[in-house]
Parts: sequence; structure tokens; C-alpha cells
Amino acid sequence: MSGPGVNDFAIKVATVNGTGSASANGLLMKTIFRMGVPVVGKNVFPSNIQGLPTWYEVRVSGEGHCGRSGDVHLMVAMNPKTYEEDLAELSPGGILLYDSTWPRPAFMDRSDITVLGVPFASMCNDAFSVARSRILMKNMAYVGAVAALLDLDLDVIKGLVDETFAAKAKLIDANMQAVYLGYDYAKDNFACPLGFRVEASNGTDGKVMIDGNTAAALGCVYAGATFGAWYPITPSTSLMDGFAKYCGQLRVDAETGKNKYCIIQAEDELAAAGLVIGAAWNGARAFTPTSGPGISLMSELIGFAYYTEVPVVLFDVQRTGPSTGMPTRTQQCDIQTCAYASHGDTRHILLFPADPGECFDMAVQAFDLAERFQTPVFVLSDIDIGMNDWMVDELTWDDVYQPDRGKVLSATELEKMDTFYRYLDVDGDHIPYRTLPGTHPKGAYFLRGSGHDKYGGYTEGGPEYQEVVDRLRAKWQSAAAKVPAPVCIRAAGKARQGIIAVGSSDGAVREARDRLEAEGVHLDYLRVRGFPFAANVEAFIMEHDEVFVVEQNRDAQLLGLLLTETNVQREKLTPVLHYSGAPLDYRFVFDALMNVIKVRRIA
Amino acid sequence: MTSFRKPKIQRKNEPLNDLGLARVDYEGAMSTLCAGCGHDSVTACLTKAFFELSIDPAKAVKVSGIGCSSKTTNYFLNDAHGANTVHGRMPSVATGAIAANSNLIYLGLSGDGDSLSIGLGQMAHAMRRNVNMLYMLENNGVYGLTKGQFSASADLGSLPKKGAPNEYPAIDPVALALSVGATFIGRSFSGDRKQLVPLIKAGLKHKGFALIDVISPCVSFNDHKGSTKSYAHTYEYYHQAVHADYVPPTDEIKASYDEGDVMPIELHDGGIIQLRKLDQNYDPRDRAAAFQKVMDSKATQEIVTGLLYIDETQPDMHEIQKMEDRPLNEIPYSELNPGAEKLKALQGAFR
Repeated sequence: MSGPGVNDFAIKVATVNGTGSASANGLLMKTIFRMGVPVVGKNVFPSNIQGLPTWYEVRVSGEGHCGRSGDVHLMVAMNPKTYEEDLAELSPGGILLYDSTWPRPAFMDRSDITVLGVPFASMCNDAFSVARSRILMKNMAYVGAVAALLDLDLDVIKGLVDETFAAKAKLIDANMQAVYLGYDYAKDNFACPLGFRVEASNGTDGKVMIDGNTAAALGCVYAGATFGAWYPITPSTSLMDGFAKYCGQLRVDAETGKNKYCIIQAEDELAAAGLVIGAAWNGARAFTPTSGPGISLMSELIGFAYYTEVPVVLFDVQRTGPSTGMPTRTQQCDIQTCAYASHGDTRHILLFPADPGECFDMAVQAFDLAERFQTPVFVLSDIDIGMNDWMVDELTWDDVYQPDRGKVLSATELEKMDTFYRYLDVDGDHIPYRTLPGTHPKGAYFLRGSGHDKYGGYTEGGPEYQEVVDRLRAKWQSAAAKVPAPVCIRAAGKARQGIIAVGSSDGAVREARDRLEAEGVHLDYLRVRGFPFAANVEAFIMEHDEVFVVEQNRDAQLLGLLLTETNVQREKLTPVLHYSGAPLDYRFVFDALMNVIKVRRIA
Repeated sequence: MTSFRKPKIQRKNEPLNDLGLARVDYEGAMSTLCAGCGHDSVTACLTKAFFELSIDPAKAVKVSGIGCSSKTTNYFLNDAHGANTVHGRMPSVATGAIAANSNLIYLGLSGDGDSLSIGLGQMAHAMRRNVNMLYMLENNGVYGLTKGQFSASADLGSLPKKGAPNEYPAIDPVALALSVGATFIGRSFSGDRKQLVPLIKAGLKHKGFALIDVISPCVSFNDHKGSTKSYAHTYEYYHQAVHADYVPPTDEIKASYDEGDVMPIELHDGGIIQLRKLDQNYDPRDRAAAFQKVMDSKATQEIVTGLLYIDETQPDMHEIQKMEDRPLNEIPYSELNPGAEKLKALQGAFR
């Protein structure tokens, strides 16, 4: 179905973690990006620091597809422990590149592939004397060999090496020496370049390579967040790392050296939630990044913030559950947990970014929505978006932007009022006014997670209690029109079937849909971007005979949410579920849909 | 059932403080605790301390967890923002609030269940961060709202109203505070207003984390014979070690200190805590000595009270975090937005 061809193929590099291969793989990907060819990288790594298998997949797609293809055309097999599975994964006609310092005749068992051996270890042992650099340089040597095979521009590689080691100039020569070891060997021994290769283009103009956590961190900075608290957890840690880095660069007063922000590493996720609630109650834009286990721990406080109407932003960079699950593998498995997090009747606003660009935009929107609706807002990213580098449009910022701080009364406004009641729906929009501590004596109120009436007083009275929780429900519902609207792609012809997906499934779903269309299968596609669902989500389902709900979890959580929160019939929704922990690939979606569609046609 | 707001009755010739406010301006809703509850005495002491210090109630913030003691948050300082949070999580919410605006006065209200069981971790970490707040631990050794289970502060062998004696050793909040970094550690008794009011004032003025462990008997579930947290037991074993008085910066300090008797500790606001040592050999600036004192008293069952430890020299969280004096919630967005040009420049690294 796909490639391989010029600017259309996939490479997979199999290595051992802790050997420095991550930077070599990043170098490969960035080289292709700088040559103007769209590229995506997926890092499949163990929950471990050193010694376990790790893979890096680079898909080169001149057409700009951003999901995985499911193919591997060039396997760089640098880890003998995974030779067997790496060999098996290679697509027919593919190339296996391996370290022939220790020859492996067994590779010849597969007659439908080409095996290329380069003695990386022995070349590096001859060229470098320090044990650690022999290991590290082996990575640069395979970069060189791949560069020769794929016709990568050595000047671009040199430029990147110069930038990487700008502070340690003597490493530049050593690294380039290693690159040439591999490059020259490949040139001398193989017919270079291969049939599939990289041809410089202009497909990356105006694009950047960025991971979602970094983009979300930038979003928090631009949103004017001043307080962040977190407990370290894979895969969300780099979000706070990014926020700390950018605050360090941008938020320190040049004269006094004092910070205009505060970051607290909490003792656990319960404390992280409490910290951001305290800060947000007191008027700072506050957020916490976490993952599924953290959401579980935070749940009680999330309900507190919901009921007391404190605006906090939570980033859930989802990983494979349940329990500890597979901490470095991706899933969309916290959709329902976040939608209704905490005991009692609770429901929350969710945002679903599909790529790092949306992580940036939705981080900003999350703070505006949280403060407008005075409630917790969740941004549901995942490992694939959060920790992989994606090619996206350069992030842009409109300097006209002003944060929507919502209904906060000033001292002057309070002075003019007779009496202030925290939970009174004065404007008839279900959103009461709030005050910040220290503003004015008239603004004082009591924040309580216990039953309260609309005046903020304690109550155990049924009608008074219900009045408040009914307003909360109406308030939440009214956010449906304010969350990011779904993105709808219509088929070329009339479509009786449709697809609904969220988040990081988008790339694979769009590609599968395009390819199905090429086969004459017309499907409309709606990508949900917020919860509560916008009105056109229900309308989309209603107007189709069947809607495939593609998502990355076992239990069809999005589908379940659609059934609970809209009036659509169960029969209309067909689950397409991918939950291996690997990022979704288009082939999976294509095959799953095609199979069902064929059956439907026969019937 | 709802909460009752007490009517403000201004009496004639009532004394006013420097802000022109009367005691009644520092009161709150009617207490719904049992008659004779130690916590109500603590509330009265807090009201008095805030009044006498002339703290603007609107510039104070009260935060609590869950439990009888946490309910008291509502019974004083009506004009202050208050938060009744989640069981055991008051320290984190208070810490977050303080991070957002350190220019207000923060008071945490908690009990032995809230602080020593479900919230032990959070309390310890707030102390470790030296968060600038006064933390009142109203300690009665028992869970009141759930009707009489032992808490983690119940002494070994203490008898419940019904059933078998407590078989687990007590967690002593003072010993814990000494080990995790609190910089102001006091113990007192709800029945000793003369000691508690000045101690609260000193705690409010201390820059950093101030813990006051107040023995505050539960009349309904833990005031019987055989209980070590009863009024009778506390009176019997009560021992004042160091008395602390707060002297505001405006007052001229007349007394010359007799070394070994009265010890002045200078505070960040220019005021002074005058320590009157009732044990001549005890130096409350010495953490190890304080620990020794607390351990020794355990052996004799003596309840040592007063300001048991103080260190005014440690940086508080705000200082450790190198934050501006201006509250985070007052920094205008124009100073927080790096701008479109900067975003473009930052992305050079992503190409």
C-alpha cells in the first residue's frame, strides 16, 4: 500500500537504551527534516534507564502523513537480543542493516529481504580508544551508513553536529569521524543510494519539530500561568521541565533576579492537586501535569475543585494502564476517568489535542475555560503526542490576546455592592462571581466541599443543595459551545458511514480515510476536540447509518461517552480499538474498517 | 440545618484596637461543637490574638481540612476568606494559596486525625518547605465526628470510653516537627488562655512555619478517667517550660533582659518575641536540646508546653523560591507574555 519510494518509506532503529542512540536517531530525523522532507519519529522505549531494548521509528512522508504506516523498509538492527523480532517486522523487499562484526548467517533465512552488514563495532574499536566513546560512536557510524544508503546531505548532518557540540568543539571531529566510518563503508560496499531515499524538497517550510509536552509548557507560559505543581511521573515530567526551563529564561526579573513564577515539586499527586487548587483559589493561573495514576490520586481534590468552583488546569499525558501498566507506552485510556473524575456527581471539561501544535493552543484555551467556567479543565494528551517529536506548523502567537480571567470582582466592585454571595447566579448564565482573598472585607466567603447553598452557607437541606448542583450541571453543559469545535472532513462523495476519533489517532485515521477513499470507500470524519460534546457531534452521528469510533483503549471509552452524553442509538456506533501501547498506524485502521465494510457489502 | 451567623452587637465603651475594630469584628458563625469542647476555647484565643494584633480580618486567610477542629474555621474572622478543604490536605491547599500571595496572614486549622494520620505527609512537607503560616493542631487524641476511635496521637495505654486500651505508640507532632524542619514549634493547652494567646501572636508573627500543638480535650469521647487527653489529666501533667510574649515593633522595649531569664528573639517585622524561660537550663533555639526535652518528658508523662523551639534565621518557602514580594496574582499579564517575536525566536531550536 505504501512505498517504499523516494521520500516515502519507514526506518526503524533497534538499539539498547542508555547507549546514546536517542541523540543519533534525533540527528537522523532532523537531517531529513532540514532537507525539507516531512518526517515523523516514534520513540518506543522501556521503563528503564539502561540495558533494555529500545526502538526508534522514523517515517519519511513527502505527502506529510503524520501517523505511523505500520511498515518498516529499513531496519537498523543494532541490538542482537531483538534480531529475531526485528527481522520478522521488516516488510517484504526491505533492507536489514546490522553490525557484521559478528556475522549472522541466519538472517539469510528470509529470501525476500536484503541484508547489509557493516562492521560498526570493529571499525569503532579501531578508531576510538575510550570504551564509552566506542559505544557512543557506533551510533554515529550507523547514522553515516544510513546517510549513504538514503542519500542524506552530509553538510546538514555536519551542521547539526556543530550545533549539538557547540560547547565541546573537540567532540565535533570525533562524531564526524564516526559518521564517515559508516558512510564510507556503505559507499564502498553497497550500491548507494537505495531505491527509496531522501530527495531534498521544500515540504517543511514553516514547520517545526516539537514534542507535545514542550509545546504545552510553552502554552502555559503564554497563557500567563504563574504557578505549577507536580509529582514526577512518566510521561508528563518533561512538561514541567519545559515550563521550568522557559520560566527560567523568560520570567526572571533582570534587575532583581527574582522569579515571577513558582514551581513546587509536590510530595505526591494529592499534594500537587491541593497546591494548584490553593494557588488558583488565590488568583494565580495554576496547573499540574500528570498521567493516569496521578489522576487517580488527585480524584478527591478534583471533586473538591469542581464543587467549590476553583479553576485549575490538569494535563493528563496518558499512558497504558491499568495500575502501573506500561508507563512508557501510549493509550487513550483515561477519557472516562477524567470526564467524571471524583466521587459523587462530577463532570468536567476535557480538551483533546491531536498534535503538539494543539497542545500549545489548547493549553492556553484550558486556562481561559477554567477561569471562565470556574472549574477544573483537563487537557488529555498522551505519550505519543507528549514525548515524540512531531512536525507541525510553526507555533504562532497573537499579541492581542488577553487572558479571560472570568468573573472576578475587584475591590471597587465589591465596595459598591450591598452583599456578595459566592454561589449566586446573578447573571443567569450559571456562572457566579468569585473574589480573591485579601481583596475586600465584603468579598470574604467560605470555600467548602461540604453541602452549601447558593449563598455559600453550609446546608444539609435537599432543595438548597440541589439548586447548587443543578446549576453546576447547567454550567458544565454551557461549556459545550466554548470548547474547541470538532474538526470535520467530508468525503468527496455522499457518505453513509463516518468515523469519529480523538487526539493522537488523527494522523492514522486521516491517512486510512484518504486511502479508503482512493479505493472508492467514502467516509466522513469528525475529530472530537472537547467535552462536553459540541452539538454537531450528535448531529454527525445522526446523519450517518454507521459511525466507526476509533480510539486507543480496550473498553471503547469515547464510544461509551458518546452513548451516555448524546441521544444516538447504540447500533450506529462500531468500535475500532487499538490498545497494544504502540501509537496507532493507518494500516490498522484501514484494515479494520475495510473488513467491516466488506462484510456490510456482502450482507 | 444551616450555619448561623451571629449578629454583631457593638457594646458601649467596648475596647477598640489600632484599626478601630472591636472584638466582635473578629468573630464568626456560631459554633456547632459540643458544649465544653476545647476547640471553642482555642477559637476564642485565636479571636483575641487577631484582635490584639490589630490584623485586618480581610487580610487573613483561614484554611482547614476535615474534622471537628477544621470546622472551627467558620467560627471566627467572618471577614476573612476561609477554606474547608479535603481531609488531610489543608497543608497543600494552604501552601498553594501562600505561593500565590504571600502578603496575607495564613492560618491553618487542623486536628490530630487530619494532621497525624491521613495528612501526616502533607503536614511534614509543609514544615519541610518552611511555609509561612501558623498551623494550629487541635489535639484531642480521638476522632470525634465518627464517634470516638483513637487517633494517632493517643498515648500508649490510654483508655477509650469503652473497650480495650490503645496499643500503638503516639505520634508526637512536636517531635515530628523538630525532625522535619519547622522553625517555630509550640505546645499549649486549650485551658491555658494566658499561655496560648501570646503563643498564637508569636506564631502569627514568625516568618516561616509555626506549629502549635494544642491539647484540646474532647468532652464527648475522650474526657474520662484513664484518658491521657482529658482535662483532668492535662491539668495534672501540665508543665510550662518557656513562655513566649510578642512585643510589636512600635512598643518601646523597656526591660533590660536578665540573661538566662528573659530572652528576646527578633522577628522579621521588627517585633520581638520575649521568651521567659521557666526551665533555666533550656534553650529553645537549640533543636537537639528541644528534642531531648521532649523525649525526657515522655518518660515522665509530663506535658511540656510553651514555645519549645524557634529559629528565625531560616529562609521561608517564598525566599527559597526566589519569588518577588509582589503576589503572583498581581503580576500583570503584560509582564508574563513573552510575545509573538519571542515565540518565533524560541522555535529556532525546533528546526
